[in-house]
Amino acid sequence: MNVVVCAKQIPDPADPGQMDPETRTLKRDVKLILDESDSYGVEMGLQLVDAAGEGEVVLVSMVPNSEVGGLRTALAMGAGSAILVSDEALAGSDALSTAKVLAAAIQRCEPDLVLTATESSDGYTGTVPVQIAELLDLPSVTFAKSIEVSGDTATVQRQTEDGYDVIECSLPCVVSVTAGVVEPRYPSFKGIMAAKNKPVDELDLAALGIDPATVGWTGARQEIVATAEAPAGEAGEIIHDEGDAHERILAFLDDLKIL
Amino acid sequence: MGISKIWIYGESTGGVVSTATLELLAKARTIGDTVEVVVHGDASAVAAELGEHGASTVLSIGELGDGLPGPRVASAMATAIDAGNGPDVLLLATSYDGRDVAGRLSAKIDAPVITNVVDLTVDGDRLLGVESIFGGSLDISTGFTGDGTAIFLVRPKSFAAESAGGAAAAVDSLEGGDLGNTGGSTVKDRFAEESTGPKLDEAAIVVSGGRGLGSAEHYELIETLAGLLKGAAGASRAVVDAGWVPYSYQVGQTGKVVKPAVYLACGISGATQHLVGMKGSANIIAINKDEEAPIFGVADLGIVGDLHKVVPKLIEALQARA
Repeated sequence: MNVVVCAKQIPDPADPGQMDPETRTLKRDVKLILDESDSYGVEMGLQLVDAAGEGEVVLVSMVPNSEVGGLRTALAMGAGSAILVSDEALAGSDALSTAKVLAAAIQRCEPDLVLTATESSDGYTGTVPVQIAELLDLPSVTFAKSIEVSGDTATVQRQTEDGYDVIECSLPCVVSVTAGVVEPRYPSFKGIMAAKNKPVDELDLAALGIDPATVGWTGARQEIVATAEAPAGEAGEIIHDEGDAHERILAFLDDLKIL
Repeated sequence: MGISKIWIYGESTGGVVSTATLELLAKARTIGDTVEVVVHGDASAVAAELGEHGASTVLSIGELGDGLPGPRVASAMATAIDAGNGPDVLLLATSYDGRDVAGRLSAKIDAPVITNVVDLTVDGDRLLGVESIFGGSLDISTGFTGDGTAIFLVRPKSFAAESAGGAAAAVDSLEGGDLGNTGGSTVKDRFAEESTGPKLDEAAIVVSGGRGLGSAEHYELIETLAGLLKGAAGASRAVVDAGWVPYSYQVGQTGKVVKPAVYLACGISGATQHLVGMKGSANIIAINKDEEAPIFGVADLGIVGDLHKVVPKLIEALQARA
């Protein structure tokens, strides 16, 4: 059972960064880490490979600048290898361009299953998983709570507005994994040491046969026309609890006549 | 000049149109000359309501059976667009199925998507999508540079649903194309989770818990308080990622957008991720130990204190009143 997990390396969300006023994009000169949203897919992939008793998890990722810090984390968790598409022309890529690049890299792996997050923590478009599926002519299930594989069928619990659906999907397919549904393992010391020697196959766009004009800034085919500071709200009342703060809350609710 | 034809992906359950779809209609009818809604399932059951809200035509792709909407709806839309019968603009709600349809269609017709839209503005002949970033402190307006159908994924609660008093929409059909392998997902069963009280995104009062709760069992405080206030219980992403409550509880950029009359945030620091989902609430009360927590920046009433002391007393006082 070969599972591809798409893994995004993002700036640490604890330090959200700034917008470059000239290019109107996020400055990305900080160190990149594994998007926590992707750690659930990595964990799910490792569990499925374990359950199958054979195969491995292969990571697929893209960056403009050869960064591998986030991938090493996922390799330390237990992924076997990674394909990193790295090319300066990727800077500024939108979701569809991203999907085109990832799909081309995934195709080389001939996986049984492709796992992704439901959305990245920094871009959060939430469209990439399905765009990849469409580009590869594969079925997909988004917002998975659980995945079981038997033969050439995946049975997926898919989150819905008021519960979940049980979906059967023929393999190969693309499944996006909802955050929080499994507990990502911490890399062991042994895992961290082993990760340093695991293969990361770095490819550029030419190696994938992708025209640089179809990705990055030009491929996105959209432009930010205007930016505006949102109006700041009026400052509210702040009190320190001296044991009676609940009374202030009740009075606030009473004033609103909401109880 | 202007925007001639708008399509909306219409979602409904049991003949009732989703609020998010009606919100899109309310905005679309002020922008486009013609507004048409693409639906699956029983089109005649929703034609009156969609017409009342401004749709001229319901384009039906028929029953899905046990198939998922994404590939089927996208295929029908792409077939019409390729034949030159598509719209200038397609609006979809940021829902589970809305994103599936947008993603599939985007790849099929090679058109980018503008996502996380909270407002739409007309700029000459094109439409701009407004996104709110950095926790809502900066609004950016984005437009497409190319031709073709402009696809926007719009966050729920961006517009107010309102009847336009229109007549029932005409019903027409939209033919799907070959699904290839993409139709390989089928629904085998559906489960509704038992929940009491109002829905998170419809409740007048929302009580949310964050990392400050300390552990999963303390989430019960949130549910008890929400119950006493006849509100809904929500959570920050940290609590959902930790597995304390299901994803359906999540309020934020990822998760639900809520705009209740009162939002009570307990032990939530107010990461940008969370603020985006609740800052539109009419009144915000925040309880947090850290005086510097960003949540106090949007709070109408901020309590600097330990939620484990304040919330039990609040629960006790409300129980005494009942």
